[in-house]
Amino acid sequence: MANILVYALQYEGAFNKNSLGAVSEAAKLAAEIGGEAHAIVVGQGVSDDLAGTLGNYGATKVLNVEGPEGLAQPVVDAMAAAVAAGDYGYAIFGGGLLGFEVGAGLAARLDAGVAMEITAVRADGGKLVAERPILGDSAISQISFRSDVGIIISRLNAFEIKETGGTAAVESLSVEFSPFSGQATMITRGEQRGADVDIEGADVLIAGGRGLGAEEGFELCEALATAFGGNSAVAATRAVVDAGWFPYAGQIGQTGKTVAPKLYLAAGISGAIQHKVGMQGAENIVAINKDANAPIFEFSDLGIVGDLNKIMPKLTEAVKAKKGA
Amino acid sequence: MKICVLVKEVPDAAVQKKIDPSTGRMDRSGEKNLNPYDTHAIEAAMQLKESGAMAVDEVVAVTMGPDSAERALHKAVSLGADRSIHLADDSLAGSDVAATGYALSKVLEKEAPDLVLLGQQSDDGECYTIGAVVADHLEFPSLTQVIKIDVEGGTKLRAERQAEYGYDTVEINLPAVISVGDAINEPRYPSLKAIMGAKKKPLDKVSAADSGIDAAKVGGDNSAAQWTGSSEPPKKEAGRIIEDEDTAETVDQIVAWLDERKLI
Ligand SMILES: Cc1cc2nc3c(=O)[nH]c(=O)nc-3n(C[C@H](O)[C@H](O)[C@H](O)COP(=O)(O)OP(=O)(O)OC[C@H]3O[C@@H](n4cnc5c(N)ncnc54)[C@H](O)[C@@H]3O)c2cc1C
Repeated sequence: MANILVYALQYEGAFNKNSLGAVSEAAKLAAEIGGEAHAIVVGQGVSDDLAGTLGNYGATKVLNVEGPEGLAQPVVDAMAAAVAAGDYGYAIFGGGLLGFEVGAGLAARLDAGVAMEITAVRADGGKLVAERPILGDSAISQISFRSDVGIIISRLNAFEIKETGGTAAVESLSVEFSPFSGQATMITRGEQRGADVDIEGADVLIAGGRGLGAEEGFELCEALATAFGGNSAVAATRAVVDAGWFPYAGQIGQTGKTVAPKLYLAAGISGAIQHKVGMQGAENIVAINKDANAPIFEFSDLGIVGDLNKIMPKLTEAVKAKKGA
Repeated sequence: MKICVLVKEVPDAAVQKKIDPSTGRMDRSGEKNLNPYDTHAIEAAMQLKESGAMAVDEVVAVTMGPDSAERALHKAVSLGADRSIHLADDSLAGSDVAATGYALSKVLEKEAPDLVLLGQQSDDGECYTIGAVVADHLEFPSLTQVIKIDVEGGTKLRAERQAEYGYDTVEINLPAVISVGDAINEPRYPSLKAIMGAKKKPLDKVSAADSGIDAAKVGGDNSAAQWTGSSEPPKKEAGRIIEDEDTAETVDQIVAWLDERKLI
C-alpha cells in the first residue's frame, strides 16, 4: 500500500487552484491504488484551520511545515522529510512554476523518476501511469516509474477540483532545512508590474505577443478591442510582460491567468504550450501570424498567415463598420 | 570566479520533430543546432564577465550528448565561452531528466563553478527542470526563469523572475544554479573571427567514468521514469487557414467568419 503526497502551494491565506486540483486527483487515484492522499503545506504561520480545509478536496492528512515561502528548495527538504517518515509511493504537483522546481529537486534528492507536463494519470495494477503530451501535443507518451517514489508534475489546469466535504487531520512536521536551501532569501514576492487590467471576465480578448515588435504595437490591439466594444479587453504573453510592454495582470498562461472568452484573437503570438494552457478553453480561437509554421495554427479555429501590421488596422476598421451597420 | 553554462544540441527549429515509435525517444537525426534558449545563458555569463560585476576568470560551456553535440559547443565558444566540456558516453543515451541532471552535476562537481547558468527550457523536450535537478545534486541554491541578475558585493546575486503570483525578487548566495528566461538579454551574434577561432579553443571530451558517474544511475534502461507506450490525442478538427494576399479580402473573410459565429 502506498500513499500519495501532494504539495499544496498557498499564498496570502489561500491555496492555489492547481494545488487543489492536484489534491482532488490524488484522492481519486489513492482510492484506486489502496492508499490515502496526504497534503503538505510549507509556510510562515499557516494556521491548522487553513491547512485542514484541504480535507474538503480529499486529503485525509495534512502536514503543516513552518518554513520559508515561495522558494522551492525548503519544500524539497520538507517533502523529503515527509517521505522518509511516511509510506509514500508518489508525489503529485499542480502546474505552475514552484511545483516544477520542487518536483525536479525532489526527484534528485530521492533518486526518483519524474514525469512533467502531465495531463492525465491512471491507475494500472496498483501503480500509476502518467500521460504526457509531446511534440506540440501531437502525441501522448505514457510514463511509469521504477523508483520507490514516482513524481508527477501536472500541466496547468490538468486536474479538476472536486469538493468532498471531507476533513483532514493536521499534523505539524518539523523539518531540518539543508544548509543550501537557506542560501536563497525572498526579498519581495508577487509584485504586480503594471496596471491592474481585468482579462478574466472579458468575452472578447485581443492578445498580443512579441510579434507586435514594440510596446507601441499594443495600440493595434487596443484599437481592435475598442472596435469590438462591449466586454472586450487586451491580453498578452509572458514574453511581452517580461519585456515591460504590458501589465502582468493581463498575462495569459502558466504563470499568468487562465481565460475562457467567447473570442480569443492572437496577434504575433507563437502559441507556446505555456501560453496555450491558459487559453485553450476559449470558444473561438483566431490567430494572425506571419509564420505559417507557428504552433498556434495547430489549435486555431481560424488562422491568418500574414503581417499583423497590415491586417490589424484594416480589421479594426472593418469591425467598426460592421458594428455601425 | 568560474561560470559554467549548460548547453544542449537540439533539432533545428525548421526540422519536423518526431518520435521513434519503438523506444518513445525523440528521433534526433537531422539538422541540429544550439538550443536557442541557451544563447541567453551564454550572453548572461558574458555580460557578468565583461561588466566586471563579477570577477569572472573563465566561462566554460558544458554539454552532454552524442558526438554531434560538439557543434553546439563550438557555437557556445563562438559566443564567448573560453573553453568547453563534452560529456559523451554511449551509456548515457536515453537518460531521463533526473539521470541527465545527475550526470551533468558530476561533471560540474569537478569544475567547482561559482555560478551555473542555463537556458529557460530546451526547445525539443519542452523541459525546464534540469536546473533544479543539478542544483540539488550540487547542493547549491537555485532559481529558474530569472530575467534580471544584479551582483551584490561580488558573492551574492539579486535575481528577479516571474512566478505564479507575480514578480519575485530573491537574494542568492554563490555558488548557485540559475536558469535564465529569454527576456534577460538580446544575445549577440558571433563574429566571423569568433566562428573561425571556435574550433581552436580547448574542448575536453570526458566519459561517464572520467566524471565519476555511477553507471547504474544513467541511460535509458536505468532511468527511473520509463516510457511505456504512446497514444494519439483526440483529433481536433483542423482550423481554417487564410493566406493574406489581398488584405481587404482577408479582412472581409475574417469579418464574415466572426459574423457567422455572432462574435461581432
Ligand atoms: C516555466 C515557464 C512558464 C511560462 N509561462 C508563460 C505564461 O504564463 N504565459 C506565456 O504567454 N508564456 C509563458 N512562458 C513563455 C513561453 O514559453 C513563450 O516563450 C512565450 O509564450 C512566447 O511569447 P510570444 O508568443 O509573444 O513570443 P514568440 O514566441 O517570440 O512569438 C512571436 C510570434 O510573432 C510572430 N510575428 C512576428 N512578427 C510578426 C508580424 N509582423 N505579423 C504577424 N506575426 C508576427 C512570429 O512569427 C512568432 O510566431 C513560460 C515559459 C516557461 C519556461
